Amino acid sequence: MNGVVVVGAGLGGLRAAESLRAAGYQGPVTVVGDEEYLPYSRPPLSKEALATGIDVSALEFRRKSSVDDVAWRLGSGVVSSDLAGGTITLADGTVLDFDGLVIASGIRPRRLPIPGPAQGRHVLRTVADAQALRGLLVPGSHVIIMGAGFIGCETAATARVLGAEVAIVAIDDEPMARPLGAELGASMRRYHEGHGVHFHLGHTVDAFLGEDRVRSVALSDGTELPADLVIEAVGSITNTNWLADNDLDLSDGVLVDSAMQAHADAAPVVAVGDVARHPNALFDGVPRRIEHWNMPTETGRRAGRTLAALLSGDEPDRSPFTAMPSFWSDQYERKLQSFGMPGLATDVRLVDGDIDGACIVEYVNDTGLVGVVGLDRTQDLAPYRKQLMDRPIAYA
Amino acid sequence: MVKITVDRDVCQNYGQCCFEAVGVFALDDEGTMHYQAEVEEALREDVERAADVCPMQAITVV
Repeated sequence: MNGVVVVGAGLGGLRAAESLRAAGYQGPVTVVGDEEYLPYSRPPLSKEALATGIDVSALEFRRKSSVDDVAWRLGSGVVSSDLAGGTITLADGTVLDFDGLVIASGIRPRRLPIPGPAQGRHVLRTVADAQALRGLLVPGSHVIIMGAGFIGCETAATARVLGAEVAIVAIDDEPMARPLGAELGASMRRYHEGHGVHFHLGHTVDAFLGEDRVRSVALSDGTELPADLVIEAVGSITNTNWLADNDLDLSDGVLVDSAMQAHADAAPVVAVGDVARHPNALFDGVPRRIEHWNMPTETGRRAGRTLAALLSGDEPDRSPFTAMPSFWSDQYERKLQSFGMPGLATDVRLVDGDIDGACIVEYVNDTGLVGVVGLDRTQDLAPYRKQLMDRPIAYA
Repeated sequence: MVKITVDRDVCQNYGQCCFEAVGVFALDDEGTMHYQAEVEEALREDVERAADVCPMQAITVV
C-alpha cells in the first residue's frame, strides 16, 4: 500500500488529510510542501505579522490528533507527476508512489515582466515574503504598491500605519472594484486617501528605474514616483506545472466535479483550495476557483471524503457542492465581511447605513441575491447569509 | 460537554466562528465576540468547524 500523497502543505492540504481520517481512511498519508513550515494562516501576513513581527508557530493551524501520524515532507516542491503510474517527483529527485492524490498546490503571486532592476521588488504570499518586508516599512520610506485588490489594499493600510509613504498603482478604476463594485470601491479609496495613500488608477508601471535597485517607478502616463520598495499584488497564478502531460483540464487551476474529483485516466485524484476549479450549486454551478478564506476548508472536507470512498472502492458522494464563500478584510479600523459571490452581481445596492461608514451592501442579479458585504456590520449579516444559503440549487 | 476557550489576546473579533456555530459564538452590537464556555456534545462538530475557520486560531475545543 502506497497510501495518499497530498501535494501542498497549506490549509487545504491539512483539511483534506483530516477529512480522509475522519472518513475512516487508515493508510499512510504524506504531505509534501515546498515551504519549510507546517500549515499556517496566511491572512495575518499582510496585517499583524508585518506590523509586530512574525512568529510562525503562532500562525500554525491547530492540527487534529487524527493527523498525528501524517508524514510531513517539507521544504521540497514537486516538479512532475505521472498520475497513471501513481508517482510524483520532488525537486530533490525523490519519487513518491501513491494510491490516491490530493492536489493542494495552491497559487503564487503573478509577476509582471517589467524592465528594470530586480532588487527592491517584493510580493506577499509566504512567511519568507513577509520576513523580507519586515523592517522596510518604516516612517519616510516610499512604498509603491502595484495592484488595488485586497492584498494590495491591506498591505497599503499596514504600511501607512507603520509610517511609510504609500502609493497604489493599478489599472482598475477603483480599488477592489471587481469583488465590491465601484461604489464601495470608491468608498474604500476615499478611506485610504483619508489615511494618506495616493492612488494612481487607470495606470500601469512601464519600468522600474535605478541602477542596482529600484529607486523609482515610471508610470504609463509619464509620471515618475520615488520608490524604496515595490510590492506587487497583481493577482495570482496556479501552481499546476507539475501536473502537465496528465490529461487534466488545467485551463485555470484543476477542473474538478462536485465531489472535488479530477477526472484523469488514472489513480483517484482530488483537488482542493485555491487551485481547484469547482462548481458551486449555491450559485450557477459554473466551475470557478474561489480564493476565499473558507474554501480550502470546505473543499478539503469534501475531497477527503471523496478520496476515502474511492480508495475503498465505493462510489463517492456526488451530490451538489454547496459552500458559502466567505472572506473578510481588515484595513485600518475597518472590518469588511463578504458572503456569497458579489462578483456575479449585475446590480449593487446600499441597503443599510452610510457608504462611507458602517453599511451593508447587497449584490443582486436575475437569480436574486448573490452576495452581501458588511462594512463594520459583520454582526448584522446573519439574515443575509441565510438568504444566500437558501438559494435554489443550480445545476450547470 | 464540549469545553471552549478563546485566547482573548489573539482573537481579533473577525466573527467567522459566529457563522459556523450560531448561538455558541456571537458578535454583540459593537462587534465584540462573546461565547459559551461549555455546550452540549451535540454541538461539537459545529464548534470544531468554528475553531477550524478562526483566522487567528484563537479557539481551543476540548
